[in-house]
Amino acid sequence: MLNRGSALGGVLGSFWVLVSWFGVATTPAQAQKASPPAASVKLGIVSFLTGPAASPFGIPGRNGAEIMIEAMNGGKVPAPFNKVGFGGSNIEAKYIDETGSAANVVTEFRNLVQRDQVDAVIGYVSSGNCLAVTPLAEELKALTVFYDCGTPRIFEEKPRSYVFRVSPHATMDNVAAARYLLAKKQDVTSYSGINQNYAWGQDSWRDFAGAMQVLAPKVTVDKTLFPKLFAGEYGAEVSTLLTSKSQVLHTSFYDGDLEAFIYQEQARALDKRMTIIATTGEAAIWRLRDKMPNGSLIGARGPNGPLAPDSEFNRWFQKIYSDRYNIPPTYPAYQMAMSLLGLKLAYEKAKKGDAKPTSDEVAAAFKGIEFEGPSGSVKLAIGDGHQGISETAYGTYRFNKEKNEPEIVDVMRFPAECVNPPAGINADDWIKEGMKGAKC
Amino acid sequence: MLTAFAILVDGLVYAAYLFIVAIGLTLIFGVMKILNVAHGSFYTFGAYGAATAVGIYFDRGLPDAGGFLLMVLFAMTLGLALGLILERGIMRLVYGKDEVVMVLVTYAAFLILEDIVILVWGPGSYATYQPLLAAGNIEVGELILSNYDLGLIMVAALLAAASYWALKFTRYGRLLTAVIFDRETAAAFGINVKVVYTVTFVIGAVLGALGGAIMAPKIAVTLGIGVEVIVLAFAVVAIGGMGSIEGALAGALIVGICRAAAVHLVPQVELFVIYGVMALVLLIRPYGLFVRAQPRKI
Repeated sequence: MLNRGSALGGVLGSFWVLVSWFGVATTPAQAQKASPPAASVKLGIVSFLTGPAASPFGIPGRNGAEIMIEAMNGGKVPAPFNKVGFGGSNIEAKYIDETGSAANVVTEFRNLVQRDQVDAVIGYVSSGNCLAVTPLAEELKALTVFYDCGTPRIFEEKPRSYVFRVSPHATMDNVAAARYLLAKKQDVTSYSGINQNYAWGQDSWRDFAGAMQVLAPKVTVDKTLFPKLFAGEYGAEVSTLLTSKSQVLHTSFYDGDLEAFIYQEQARALDKRMTIIATTGEAAIWRLRDKMPNGSLIGARGPNGPLAPDSEFNRWFQKIYSDRYNIPPTYPAYQMAMSLLGLKLAYEKAKKGDAKPTSDEVAAAFKGIEFEGPSGSVKLAIGDGHQGISETAYGTYRFNKEKNEPEIVDVMRFPAECVNPPAGINADDWIKEGMKGAKC
Repeated sequence: MLTAFAILVDGLVYAAYLFIVAIGLTLIFGVMKILNVAHGSFYTFGAYGAATAVGIYFDRGLPDAGGFLLMVLFAMTLGLALGLILERGIMRLVYGKDEVVMVLVTYAAFLILEDIVILVWGPGSYATYQPLLAAGNIEVGELILSNYDLGLIMVAALLAAASYWALKFTRYGRLLTAVIFDRETAAAFGINVKVVYTVTFVIGAVLGALGGAIMAPKIAVTLGIGVEVIVLAFAVVAIGGMGSIEGALAGALIVGICRAAAVHLVPQVELFVIYGVMALVLLIRPYGLFVRAQPRKI
């Protein structure tokens, strides 16, 4: 311990006096100006880097962030996003693994905001984690952009100030799934569902079954299965479905659960009896390849991947991603790219001069923003201007044996206002009331 | 009738997988009185080992039977090595310590091994479906059963029979039974308890790895599979009684059938039914179905 009477203690004491005097001398002057020019913008990027959700979701999302941030820092993103970084400031990214309990995830979020002092957090695949992080983001006034989680509840439970989601939520996926199914299989009389037993799976089934009730009330529900998240073993579920009379099976399964289910159902030929609608199937087609049953109805959580519009921006994004990672970008990569573009646009809109805009200024600029990216147009039109809507697309899966690669054919596009609830009404109520105002 | 048959088959398949994992766990507890949290890692290493073997073997046009054998042998070899390293390297240093300390040590080992999996195999998942699809299926009325699942039931049945025979009719089995009943008295009679510990731990590790290898073709082999299975294995062992092989079999059957029935008949309770059954059993038989309360030794 320091002896205050010692020479060292005297030097240190003098040092702290000088520091405090310097701080007092400079603080009044600084208080008169805006915050100093930003050397860099720090972003926390949160995604599953390990565990069952890493390979199909978390890592493509992380890769999407990495490639886009590199392009942004190099000023290589197509206009109007061609300014370097965010408003001329380089982006520094800190990548955090989303794996762990909700308590862990919330702790890591707090660390990013309070310890690492990031300017914004972009992340989260799990709907459960998004729901857990939202109150803390609001409490800490931390600008947060959810890139992949799909539960509609984020902005329906209460208005948010600092939380945004550019990617449309799961209601769009499931209403479009119902519309596509009925367009392609007019003779369907019964359907079943197998969805993970947590927010994402429950909400997905609720929205799909609700949309089917409105669009085709005579079509009945047979089996409704909710296995545990990451259960992995679905023998009993496959048996249950084999004894069902349904022609269609809805699933919002993703990553390892989807793959395990597909392998197990293929071993017992379930797909010969039922057409599978996989609302997140696009993320798995490059891994499943010829194991994904031909004829499956595939969604991509929006116009992403093979369902993305053919635009220069999309071609640019596909090229830089494929060149780096030797695989085409799947929808988590697109969602991350769109989230980064939205935040960049809001940041640059809020920035005045050289000073870094505050979270409040960026949030105000972000609200209601509209732009075009690799996934086409998106507008933060609902959730009080915090939740994005876009058109979406569904298609039918086919493995092209000549080219030895997956394909999605027979694509149908649905306008944003056809498959998203209008502003001011929550998704469940909109569906239950017959999807009034839907413009198809 | 078809539903009842489906429940029976699905229950037996699930029970088979749980039994193969749980028997190693209960054996280790019975002999060594260690609740081995790292057992989930044996399962994980077995699954990854099988995935590696499948990646090497299948798709080369070689006979499928060789692939099944390679998958199982590779995984069991990994289990053997891991069991030896863990027991000789870590566990022998904490024998005789408080039970909570031993559980914490095995938990620490589990966490370390999870990270070793990432170092060796990376964070992505592995698809090992070839044995599952190669086995084909069989139609029974409207139900289509996977031959792989039927094989799994047979493997578990053989394992149960082999365990019973080994414990009852072999010299080593009798030594093991003596150590399970009373370690101190067994040592006093000249049984080398340390060797018994080592052999038991390694057998438990091999069985855990075997469970992982057998399940690998059905699941996506990825991080976290050990956690999921260890929770279920604990429930099975708690129902049957810690340290009882017959208990592990009974517990697995009860859990398997109840879960299958829930999925078919009342899917809303599927998540709850396993732990509900466990709670019910423990209310009536606090030490499990096949274990009686032991008088405390002073």
